[in-house]
Amino acid sequence: MHGFANPKRFLSLVRWLTPTMLASGLVLAAVALAWGLWFVPPDRLMGETVRILFLHVPAAWLGMGGWAAIAVASAAFLVWRHPLAALAARAAAVPGMVFTAVCLATGSIWGRPTWGTWWVWDGRLTSMLVLLFLYFGYLALAQAVAREGGSSRIPAIFGLVGAINIPIINRSVVWWNSLHQPPSITVGKSAIDPQFLAPLLVAVLGFSLVFGGVVLARMRALLGDIQADARLRRKAGEAA
Amino acid sequence: MRTIAALLRRDLARLLPGGRGGGMMLPLLFFLAVAMVYPFAVGPDAQLLAATGGGVIWVAALLAAILPLDRLLAGDVEQGLFDQWALRGISEELVIAVRLFAHWLGFGPFLMLAAVPASALVGIDGETLLLVELGLLAGTPGLAAIGILIASLTIGLRGSAALAGLLAIPLAVPLLVFGAGALSAPGEGGLALTGAISLLLVAIAPFAGGAAIRAAREE
Repeated sequence: MHGFANPKRFLSLVRWLTPTMLASGLVLAAVALAWGLWFVPPDRLMGETVRILFLHVPAAWLGMGGWAAIAVASAAFLVWRHPLAALAARAAAVPGMVFTAVCLATGSIWGRPTWGTWWVWDGRLTSMLVLLFLYFGYLALAQAVAREGGSSRIPAIFGLVGAINIPIINRSVVWWNSLHQPPSITVGKSAIDPQFLAPLLVAVLGFSLVFGGVVLARMRALLGDIQADARLRRKAGEAA
Repeated sequence: MRTIAALLRRDLARLLPGGRGGGMMLPLLFFLAVAMVYPFAVGPDAQLLAATGGGVIWVAALLAAILPLDRLLAGDVEQGLFDQWALRGISEELVIAVRLFAHWLGFGPFLMLAAVPASALVGIDGETLLLVELGLLAGTPGLAAIGILIASLTIGLRGSAALAGLLAIPLAVPLLVFGAGALSAPGEGGLALTGAISLLLVAIAPFAGGAAIRAAREE
């Protein structure tokens, strides 16, 4: 793992890994979505609306997985001062936020015909909404720190504190929800038929690869920024 | 021990309401102002106010807790006091823990006092008021801990006040859920859970805050 602390070795690895992950991920995701749209029978209870599942479930998984990635990378950065870990945490935040937003949007679109309303204060929906605001906060903090030359340990600390709080937020929202209304329809709880499970797994794998590719591409861009800055400063020093 | 006493005396002189620099007076007045505008927004219907007033007090308390964050620690860092303390071998964690206690002392009990007139403004009865007070007693240490934590993370950033609000609100969701939730389901453990989350936050805040202040020093 420490071998990749060397940016050069890391860059030579991601040069071919990024396009490979992005391309294979996009192909797999497209296959899974087409499979889900045209070749899966409508669900007995949910009808045609079940097809949004193949976008919604990977988005939910990656929305939560994004913060897990931030937490792991932040911990690695705080403990070992691994410089690429700070970049990885920052790079994971934007795709994580986008997938969380996609999860909320698709859930809302699914809820309109199924529950008859765009939004219910259901436990899972609500905790995803709070997670989205945690992403907003993390990104705002990381950008402010980067702009004003602060320490990248600041967003890492917030990432870890957020990770400690996410399970508590989740449990609290479930408790709050059971207080105010009976649990919403939990069709998803019933065992998933293999007909749905296969394309779902392909979709999760495909979107995860896209996520990984985007993170690597963003890390490359951030690293490029830093190197360009350093080169400019060196040139300016030589000229003076 | 003498160090802690000296730090606490200094912090209390600044943070108690009416202390040097206004202390926590403005957040308390802000808290009352929020309680005052709520009936203007929803109308003076007594039933509606009584049903929702307790929750409004909680929201007002959360907003008031965010208000003083940008000057809670930033001044001492800018003046280099934390560096001086570090030279004397006083750890950032200790300073933050003392500051957390002083901040709560200048904020929590007075907020509970201010909740009494606020409860009249939003029209809740005595029974609900008691639950609100108990909830605030259990929840304000957690709010103060979130405040210290966010204040230490946003030191020296421009526009830190707005940023602090964005960072603090999602972290405060569990306190609000259990604290305000205890109003509609008394005896279901909401108050105990509020206290538990508060204690957890109080335990985390000095370490996270100390790490943040050291990080700000090194760059």
